Amino acid sequence: MVGTRAATQSQQAQTMTSSTQAHRKKLEVKDLSIRYGDFTALSGVTLDIREREIFGVIGPANSGKTSFLTAINRMDAMSADMHVNGQILFDGVDAAKWRNLYSLRRRIGVVFPLPVGLPMTIYDNVAMAPRLAGIKEKAELDLIVERCLTRAALWDEVKDRLTSLGSLLSGGQQQRLTISRALSQDPELLMLDEFSIAVDPVTTMRIEDVLQELRSEMTIILVTNLVQQAHRLADRTAFFLNGRCVEIGETEAMFNGQVQDPMTLDYIEGRFG
Amino acid sequence: MSHIYSITPLNELNHRKDKLLRLLFLMMIVTLIVPVLIILGTLIYKGGSMISMEFLFTFPKNGMTAGGIFPALLGTIWLVAVALLVSVPLGVAAAIYLSEYALDNWLTRLINICIINLAGVPSIVHALHGFGAFVIFAKMGTSILAAGLTLAIMTMPVVIVATKESLQSVPHAFRVACWNMGATRWQTIRRVVLPNATSGILTGIILEVSRTVGETAPIMFTGAAFFLPFLPEGIFDQTMALSLHLFVVATQVPGVPDALPYGVALVLIGMVLILNSLSIAFRIYLRNKKKW
Ligand SMILES: Nc1ncnc2c1ncn2[C@@H]1O[C@H](COP(=O)(O)OP(=O)(O)OP(=O)(O)O)[C@@H](O)[C@H]1O
Ligand SMILES: [Mg+2]
Repeated sequence: MVGTRAATQSQQAQTMTSSTQAHRKKLEVKDLSIRYGDFTALSGVTLDIREREIFGVIGPANSGKTSFLTAINRMDAMSADMHVNGQILFDGVDAAKWRNLYSLRRRIGVVFPLPVGLPMTIYDNVAMAPRLAGIKEKAELDLIVERCLTRAALWDEVKDRLTSLGSLLSGGQQQRLTISRALSQDPELLMLDEFSIAVDPVTTMRIEDVLQELRSEMTIILVTNLVQQAHRLADRTAFFLNGRCVEIGETEAMFNGQVQDPMTLDYIEGRFG
Repeated sequence: MSHIYSITPLNELNHRKDKLLRLLFLMMIVTLIVPVLIILGTLIYKGGSMISMEFLFTFPKNGMTAGGIFPALLGTIWLVAVALLVSVPLGVAAAIYLSEYALDNWLTRLINICIINLAGVPSIVHALHGFGAFVIFAKMGTSILAAGLTLAIMTMPVVIVATKESLQSVPHAFRVACWNMGATRWQTIRRVVLPNATSGILTGIILEVSRTVGETAPIMFTGAAFFLPFLPEGIFDQTMALSLHLFVVATQVPGVPDALPYGVALVLIGMVLILNSLSIAFRIYLRNKKKW
């Protein structure tokens, strides 16, 4: 299943010209606001995320970046006090009216700031999403597990101990396990939330290389507190501040100083405060 | 520089205080343990001689002044089994609902208050309720079923609370990770939450059993008999039970040799101790099998 969809996608990629590709919108966010009880964490966010781009989101703590991702994934349905207003169109379909939330979430892979290895074997960690999707054959699962672990640059380290517990790997390994797990969903959209917080610089660079490879296959939202990481990876970047989206622009231009709001430049250049 | 790390009089005082408190707490725990040891010691000293295969596996004789306790022992096992069969599935289901599904609203709060109150109801009230509801109203008569159900209702809060606690000891991040993969609540519970909570749930259940074993009041009106010359054949029969038997031979029957009630009590406490050790063993097993 994983192989087939990726293959059709790359065929599509070949037949499509780059300009039509750039204009296809994966996600349209319209006047999004997020409330926790009486507290508004994010408001008035309107932006588009294009098919197969890396969309960077930067901003200081408490600016609503994580909340933004949670709303896309419709996690508000799992908590009583999170309220989302506004519209999020995923492939043109309103996420709020999506008939089956689970099928929406299956198309979106998420990586958290702190690695979460589930308390099951490494193999089961990666095989879980395919199993949820109904894949039972051992051979097919084996293939998916090897493929996803390889893509997340973890296979060589764990191939001899796939049956040991995923939750007992080192932090950096668990983070790559989390990424493999997200990839095992064969996602159309991959959302990474400050993935490098608990990861050493070498592993961070390896994961960044992985993301560079993935960008031809899926749309990626990269929330990061390392502005240089956004610079290295993102096609376009949004700057969030105190629950508002201050600015969205081409990353290159933004880092060259072409900004609408001087605060953006201050943040990028580390002159904040 | 180094003066920061040297010991000041204040440090010294705090250190002494700490030592003193430690001693105080130790003394408190000793005063708690002493009565327990005295009880156990007396039982073993006075009743130890009673314990034999014959005592455990034969009927009482001569108007319960001699012979064994087999029907009472078996009856207790019957009662506990019926109580467990009812309270564990219901209690675990309730705990799963409360821990995994319930939103924080008035209904949930009401349910929680009910559970707390149910746990606080005196056992004699449970006994009368069981008598009214099961024996009379549901026409079960005094039977193992009626007594088992009464015990089940009485111990259900324990199962619910223990299960809820072990479910909630599974980190929330695991659930969020599963939900994000598109797992439903139930898939998450089945694949991640329950497998990592079973040992804790089992511990809770065993503790519940050890409580159930000793209960007397709830079964007295609902299914446990003073004396029966035969064994129960099914859940609609009456039965003898260890706890009630102890009460009877200790206070109701003239001419019982001194050692007999002590022997019965020793068997009762022995059952509880064995079960509790099992639950401690589970807990150790759980600790050594840490998965995160
Ligand atoms: N589950 C929640 N319940 C209540 N308030 C929340 C919840 N999650 C987030 N918030 C609040 O929403 C605001 C934005 O939080 P959010 O996690 O989106 O920020 P962030 O930009 O991701 O910050 P950081 O860079 O530190 O991760 C914060 O003030 C936070 O306290
Ligand atoms: Mg965050």
